Amino acid sequence: MNLDYGPEYERFRAEVRDFLDRNRQLAPESANRAARPSAEAVAWQNLLLENGYTARTIPREYGGYGAEPDILKARIIAEEFARAGVPGGLSNQGISMLVPTLLELGTEEQKRRWIEPTLRGEVVWCQGYSEPGAGSDLASLRTSAREESGHFVINGQKIWTSTARQADMIFCLVRTEPDAPKHAGISYLIFPMDLPGIEVRPLKTMTGHAEFNETFFTDVRVPVDQIVGQRGQGWFVANATLGHERGMLGDPDALENRLLALIRLMREEQVGPARAIDNPVLRDRLVALQAEVAAMKYNGMRVLSNQIKGEAGGMAKLIVKLQSCELAHQISALAIDAMGEMGILYAESPRQREGGSWQWNYMFQLGLIIGGGTAQIQKNIIAERGLNMPREPRPAPEPSSSRKEAA
Amino acid sequence: MDFGLSPEQEMLRDTVGRCLAETCPLDQVRSCVDAGSAVSDQVMAALADIGLTGLMVPEAHGGLGMSLLDAAVVAEQLGRTVAPAPFLARSVLAPLALTLAGSPAQQAHWLPRIATGAVRFGVAIAGIVEERDGAKVRAEAGGLTGTALFALDFADADHFIVADESGRLHLLNAAANGVERIALHTIDATRSVGELQLTGAVAEPLADDGGLAARRLLDAGRILLAADSLGAGEVMIEKAVAYAGEREQFGRVIGSFQAVKHMCAEMAARHEPCRALVWYAAHAFDAALGEAALMACHAKSHTGEVHRFVARTATEVHGGMGFTDLLGLHFWFKRMGFNRQVLGGPERVREEAAQLQGLTTAQ
Repeated sequence: MNLDYGPEYERFRAEVRDFLDRNRQLAPESANRAARPSAEAVAWQNLLLENGYTARTIPREYGGYGAEPDILKARIIAEEFARAGVPGGLSNQGISMLVPTLLELGTEEQKRRWIEPTLRGEVVWCQGYSEPGAGSDLASLRTSAREESGHFVINGQKIWTSTARQADMIFCLVRTEPDAPKHAGISYLIFPMDLPGIEVRPLKTMTGHAEFNETFFTDVRVPVDQIVGQRGQGWFVANATLGHERGMLGDPDALENRLLALIRLMREEQVGPARAIDNPVLRDRLVALQAEVAAMKYNGMRVLSNQIKGEAGGMAKLIVKLQSCELAHQISALAIDAMGEMGILYAESPRQREGGSWQWNYMFQLGLIIGGGTAQIQKNIIAERGLNMPREPRPAPEPSSSRKEAA
Repeated sequence: MDFGLSPEQEMLRDTVGRCLAETCPLDQVRSCVDAGSAVSDQVMAALADIGLTGLMVPEAHGGLGMSLLDAAVVAEQLGRTVAPAPFLARSVLAPLALTLAGSPAQQAHWLPRIATGAVRFGVAIAGIVEERDGAKVRAEAGGLTGTALFALDFADADHFIVADESGRLHLLNAAANGVERIALHTIDATRSVGELQLTGAVAEPLADDGGLAARRLLDAGRILLAADSLGAGEVMIEKAVAYAGEREQFGRVIGSFQAVKHMCAEMAARHEPCRALVWYAAHAFDAALGEAALMACHAKSHTGEVHRFVARTATEVHGGMGFTDLLGLHFWFKRMGFNRQVLGGPERVREEAAQLQGLTTAQ
């Protein structure tokens, strides 16, 4: 057990701290998940790009900083930004999912055209994966793209397209080979959101806000070369990015920050003459969550160490999405309980606490438990890949249409 | 930076694991328990052979001078095999007490004897966690008087480290006048605990340090109980997964039913982060003193909760067979039940954790 980062890394940490001390007044208040980045956020992003505090390992020719991959330095940057309470680089689906995919599987032209403006916040992307009929069973998606004189003509519907209203572009899974087995009939297309035939409708969720959208395609024409990977290989292209999304949803610093906010809240809320934290039952729940957050923090360090050594993350990594999302949800639940009646205040109500954010989080985090691979899918993955238990029955090679009729 | 076991610790784990695999199969556990003993001579001899009696004794006194994380690595292996083998009090807490609070003369006398196994210590510090049934030990001019409950590694101990009501530690010869020993029978027959009834029993006091050493012993004890559960819990998950892969009902192995898979996945998902927490707590005990007590509380209370869930769920995966004595699954179930309660159950420990952080009622 050696938790020393060593002098080289401590120097690097000092550099990051120094940067934050000098520049923190330029940082936007907080990273806004859903909207197009503000001018302030774009300026901050550019400053971070220039200094290698975001897109650090992305090659310079594509607008990154071009540093050697170094997991510890990436970790130090995340730690120091979290400690300073300063938002890090832009984190949207374009940056976290599309850019890694293009780096891995895009053509040279695609990389040059899209990565830099995406990193700079100039091009905003949305993700077109899920459909009303294709959630956990994503590969059953039905949005079709038939080829017609050098174009794909797209018809169908996507759901959960979170930034569709702000997005310039979409990366989208469509069925190009209707007769191929379901995983082999999908292609990964990228196209502008202002094409004729695209309609975006806000999707209001239980929070009362429309954090997501539904996106409809009617005879949308996309040139055939706007494909990433080969025709019919979209499923494999998409899986490269789903891995990145799962990594994104388990951030130990975020959990720790939520817990600190909860402790603050429980110390401030007065219930009669006492503070919320003076209630022994609430306090017991708080400390139990604190232990779990600590466990996830050190589990994260263990995964990190394994990565540094080039070892597989193993079980310690497989459980992160399931456990982190659940824990975040429980932290919000306790905050609401600690506030008692005040905990239900919402929608700009008088006396509402912290902008109603605990209730919003409580509801939104339930969405995160479901999204990005539901808790039940996560448990299948843990059982099958982590514990080598029998796999869920998969329909054997898709029956041909004649056999389907026979069945 | 490397969060994990060192190559030496992995070697220690493997050595102890092999040693226990040979000397402590379930048959051995059963034959000890059936004979009413929580001490397997065969296992103890083998562990002494690889130097474990001296694991925590400083090298200057003939031991291996290892860290609490090393001890946690051993405890995990003992938990895996539900070994009837006094270790926690005997080979960890007693040498720790002497190292922390013994005079040079006491250290020179006792530590080498602990290392060779010439003396066998038990440790009675339950009173500093909570007073139960009015039991307490008072240090008076004539010696120790009162009752100490839940003395650990009790049965074959010839000496005890005893905390008095002020938290000061004393070294007591079990054969001294005024010492009466009463065995307590717990759910876990692989461990031996008991009470000491003392009437002016003459003992050697260790340093009057305001209870500091006793607190450190408590932290160490909690971490090692958590480590023991880590091993025991992991085995229960392995057994549940293996059973689910063999047992057939409705024409298929039950492990192919999602209901059963998800029980196993939930166990693994809750168990896995415990490993990092216990490792960090053990590391902090030696390397991050400011965090040690809090991390010991977190490790103890959190594994207590997780492993109650694992014990129950793994048993359920085994269906009716899990409930029988036949598979011996209950040895692990009870081992973790013991670990949860001893030196403070989760609620008690969390309240201490709150106090340590100043979260309790503002003064």
